[in-house]
Amino acid sequence: MSAILVFVEMVDGVPDRLSAEALGFAGGVAKALGADLDAVIVGGDATAAAGLGGYGVGTVRLATSDRLSSYAPAAWGAAVAGVVAAGSYDAVIASASDTATEVLAHLAARTGQPMAANVTSAEPVAAGAWRITRQRWAGSLLEDATLDGQPRLLTVAPHVVPAMEPAAGAGPATVDRVDAAVTDSDLRARIVGRDVTAGDRVSLADAKVVVGGGRGMGSAEAFAMLDELAGVLGAAVGVSRVATSLGWRPHTQQIGQTGTRIAPDLYIACGISGAIQHIVGAKSAKRILVINTDPEAPIFKRATYAVVGDVHAVVPAITAEVRRVKGAG
Amino acid sequence: MRILVLVKRVPATGGRITLTDDGRAIDTRFLGFVVSPHEECAVEEAVRLIEANGGESVVMTLGPAEAADQLRDALAIGVDRAVLLETDGSDWDPLATATALTEAVRRLEDADGPFDLILVGNESADSGGFQVGIRLAVALDRPVVTGIKALEIRDGMATARRQVSGGFDIYELPLPAVVGVREGINLPRYPSVPGRLRAKKKEVETSTPDRPGNGGPVLDSLKLPVEQEAQAEILGSGPEAAPRVVEVMREIGVL
Repeated sequence: MSAILVFVEMVDGVPDRLSAEALGFAGGVAKALGADLDAVIVGGDATAAAGLGGYGVGTVRLATSDRLSSYAPAAWGAAVAGVVAAGSYDAVIASASDTATEVLAHLAARTGQPMAANVTSAEPVAAGAWRITRQRWAGSLLEDATLDGQPRLLTVAPHVVPAMEPAAGAGPATVDRVDAAVTDSDLRARIVGRDVTAGDRVSLADAKVVVGGGRGMGSAEAFAMLDELAGVLGAAVGVSRVATSLGWRPHTQQIGQTGTRIAPDLYIACGISGAIQHIVGAKSAKRILVINTDPEAPIFKRATYAVVGDVHAVVPAITAEVRRVKGAG
Repeated sequence: MRILVLVKRVPATGGRITLTDDGRAIDTRFLGFVVSPHEECAVEEAVRLIEANGGESVVMTLGPAEAADQLRDALAIGVDRAVLLETDGSDWDPLATATALTEAVRRLEDADGPFDLILVGNESADSGGFQVGIRLAVALDRPVVTGIKALEIRDGMATARRQVSGGFDIYELPLPAVVGVREGINLPRYPSVPGRLRAKKKEVETSTPDRPGNGGPVLDSLKLPVEQEAQAEILGSGPEAAPRVVEVMREIGVL
């Protein structure tokens, strides 16, 4: 019996969004091969792990060690490598989160196997190379390629498959505790703390509504009106690369290939022309509202809704209207 | 201290990407070339660290002869030495790239002593393999962390910050180490005219590595994603559009 192993990151007892997408992708691959679907979780508790049964997972390999109290990239790579070595997997599939990518790359480096990042589709076969499609240029370009390896290693591009919802009534997964063999050397690079003071109130990557600004804002001061609109909407503020390279806004707020990829229900793009490297960061938005003076700007081709006009007049008017409606409600 | 920074020459794709007739590469006839954005910041970080601590910085790339231009860009802002591992310009997979870089690092260190820090970009702008830095670190048996947006070096330790939802995770790792940086770690300076002139006169140390076997993934062909060009619904023009905008926000359930 062949099997697929999916690396899962848990948040509050459930798979995080990108892991839920990777579970859906891996489930499709396992089904096509008639293979078992196993998951590997590093650390965490067995009860939550058993809940992966709802995501189609048969067995969860729970890799634990008292030396894994905080995240250490090489140690997590070692923990997953231990699970891989003890099994017989056709492929190991992970999300493309920073952590999952890093862990899979450590696994690839340790075992000398190839690895494909940001895969959008795969044609699995039992023996030999898989035909895959993967993203280049953060998705502005796609690459058809072949991937082989023992096992084959790939990460799933964000937001190309829907996040899996757990099936109600599915039985729990079998949880198999595995002692992770972690050496001192694996713990050299590790997390020692978290700084929450520099964080934004609403996380850009997870926000339901994002208010974005670009060169058309004209100055650092003009972004105050975006902060205000975001405030009344409970939205996150994002910016284009120009706005960070001009020093108007911190890079933590950048949307795009070299910044954050957003996936809100509504992205309000203000004074943004729509360079490719920005668009790839916003293409998972369900709807885009563009506010721009130039109706020829490339971003209008991606817009669901458009207001042609000067952001400096339109944005405060929208903020006032939202306040009025909320006050009336 | 000694710092090595690794860069990649990539086309500057501002607008639309066009492919060559055989569909295996980007048509670069009308494009300029730059250093990948994350690596441009890695170069700046190397120069700042050497300015603050003293020592020597070295920039290295694996690429075609023309990649010497990108090495000179790094020399122009203050990197001390440039090393080119010259290829015929074809695509090397991440495993082959990391193998050649590892051998070159060993050669450089045998000659002039170990690097305290090797800086790489988190991922190249073009192929985006997300793995060369980690493969290099594992081959050299050095600690590595990626996705870094702030870096401090003190008493033989690196303290590095990675942006996460709601803040930054703080990592520590002892030197010698490998760090994968992201754009945003700094704002790279522009080269000065004297800097450019100085860079022009400097030697680019060039060698030709043997290409290891293809590990994969093996590129078959490239294609542009199918664009879903939307026909935008115009909600109005100017501030008078505000009531309609808010009505739409209510319809789609974000308000």
